[in-house]
Amino acid sequence: MGIGAGMFVGSGSEAGEKSMRQNDALTRRSFLASCAAVAAATALRPSAASASGPAKTATPRGALLTRPIPSSGEDLPVVGLGSWITFNVGDDPAGRDACAEVMRAFFHEGGRLIDSSPMYGSSQEVIGYGLHKLGLPSQLFSSDKVWTSSAGSGAAQVEETRRHWGVTRLDLLEVHNLTAWEEHLPSLFAMKKAGRLRYVGVTTSEGRRHDELESIMRTQPIDFIQVSYNALDRDVEERILPLARDRRIGVICNRPFRRGELIRRVERAPLPSWAGEIDCRSWAQVLLKFIVSHPAVVCAIPATSRVDHVRENVGASYGRLPDESLRRRIAVHVEKI
Amino acid sequence: MSEWWTYTLSDFLLFSPRTYYRLFEIYNVAIWPAQIVAFALALVLLALVWRRRVVGRPAILAILAILTVCWLWVAVVFLAHRYATINWAAVYFAWGFGLQSVLLLISCLGLFRTERAPEAQSLPGRRAGMAILLFALLVEPFAGVLFGRGWMATEIFGLAPDPTAIATLGILLVAPVRRRGYRMVIPLIWCAISGATLLAMKSPDAWVPIGAAALAGEEAFRQSRALRRIRETAAS
Repeated sequence: MGIGAGMFVGSGSEAGEKSMRQNDALTRRSFLASCAAVAAATALRPSAASASGPAKTATPRGALLTRPIPSSGEDLPVVGLGSWITFNVGDDPAGRDACAEVMRAFFHEGGRLIDSSPMYGSSQEVIGYGLHKLGLPSQLFSSDKVWTSSAGSGAAQVEETRRHWGVTRLDLLEVHNLTAWEEHLPSLFAMKKAGRLRYVGVTTSEGRRHDELESIMRTQPIDFIQVSYNALDRDVEERILPLARDRRIGVICNRPFRRGELIRRVERAPLPSWAGEIDCRSWAQVLLKFIVSHPAVVCAIPATSRVDHVRENVGASYGRLPDESLRRRIAVHVEKI
Repeated sequence: MSEWWTYTLSDFLLFSPRTYYRLFEIYNVAIWPAQIVAFALALVLLALVWRRRVVGRPAILAILAILTVCWLWVAVVFLAHRYATINWAAVYFAWGFGLQSVLLLISCLGLFRTERAPEAQSLPGRRAGMAILLFALLVEPFAGVLFGRGWMATEIFGLAPDPTAIATLGILLVAPVRRRGYRMVIPLIWCAISGATLLAMKSPDAWVPIGAAALAGEEAFRQSRALRRIRETAAS
């Protein structure tokens, strides 16, 4: 189901009802939160059934949370899978098989979007290995990047990327870290027009080059941006995320855990009682729900090399989401740890 | 990279420590029994410089030939074929190691063209060089084991870049190779790169290549300054 009023904390959705039964009573705070969530949800696309097969599958946890891609309306689960560092295992057969198992668990839990880049060493090949081993799951949403300062070699790199993935067509290609974006974007738009690509975007990380990113968002017909966003790194909330909503550009969030540093930091503190109000069983899920509950965000892409972690991460695609007041509370709480 | 100051060492790390050390495990299995040959070459190197105040020309020739082969092996077999699978920059590192191999080969060939007798190295210089060499050949391979990694991830002189670079720095302090400073540049750069990589991985042995490079660099600088002073005195 798409994210709507029903998915926010204290709402009356299927998942919400289940969780409320588990929590015994509706607190005054969660009641107020649900009122705020209803108001917030009016700014979002109304809750709708997921467009894709496995992502629609109801589980005991409730329906998978999805968010529509603004430019097309296609729904994507709110938690994807990154591959930075974790999937760069080279020729190691054991490492490749372990990554394939992570992908198997990811798809099994309802995940769709896997993200990589030519910059990530062998990650693309390892993803291709996993996809081949899993029989190229139909729900795959392939997201990769162009990363070369040479405009002339962009097309060859894109073709090599496609071959590594073993797919007939990539879903999304973004210009990595805005590298030579003036040269690459026209080529990507041409690919999209020719039906060889579905979506086009640009990426930055760790708050770099936001002025340039903003300029691109204002002038180029891109479908996605990818930025760093988490409970501590919230610069994008000021200008980038509101602009993305205005321009109907989908937002993919990288570095949701600051490469694990954020997880290590928050796990020093016990999981707050209010985590249960948004159906979170771990800090990882709290941090992910903080990100994906922002109305401009389509999905977050945590990377992991562990099956239990990918299950935990995708678990954040289920249940209730924090409303605005709880989001603020999460940010303050994490800052204090 | 217009905001280069915002980058940290970890921003350049492309792989996990586990993947890095698995690389050595897989590599060691694939090249077995090359380790026996490498260890034999290490013993030959030691024998050629052990307790010798003056290392003769045939010995220097043998040393340079061994180092040439080792640097070339590491360039092609480890860096270009193995390390490049997890680090795209390894291709450039391989070219650097290949260049070092060529420089050593030039030194090797140069020995046939000169009649000048080999010079004795200063005692402190030889001691520092021997210490670095002994460490690279006999201690460093076991450093990983000391830090809790398995035997299969052992890094051996002549086969892995770190002990090869560090041993070369030691040899260049012990044996009188002409234009030694030029031959030390690439090993020093590699030690810095490797140290930075290990630091980014928070590996406890990160200071091994950095320390070896600092010691070798300082000793080489001290020796060259002393030599310049001797020449200036002789000229005056």
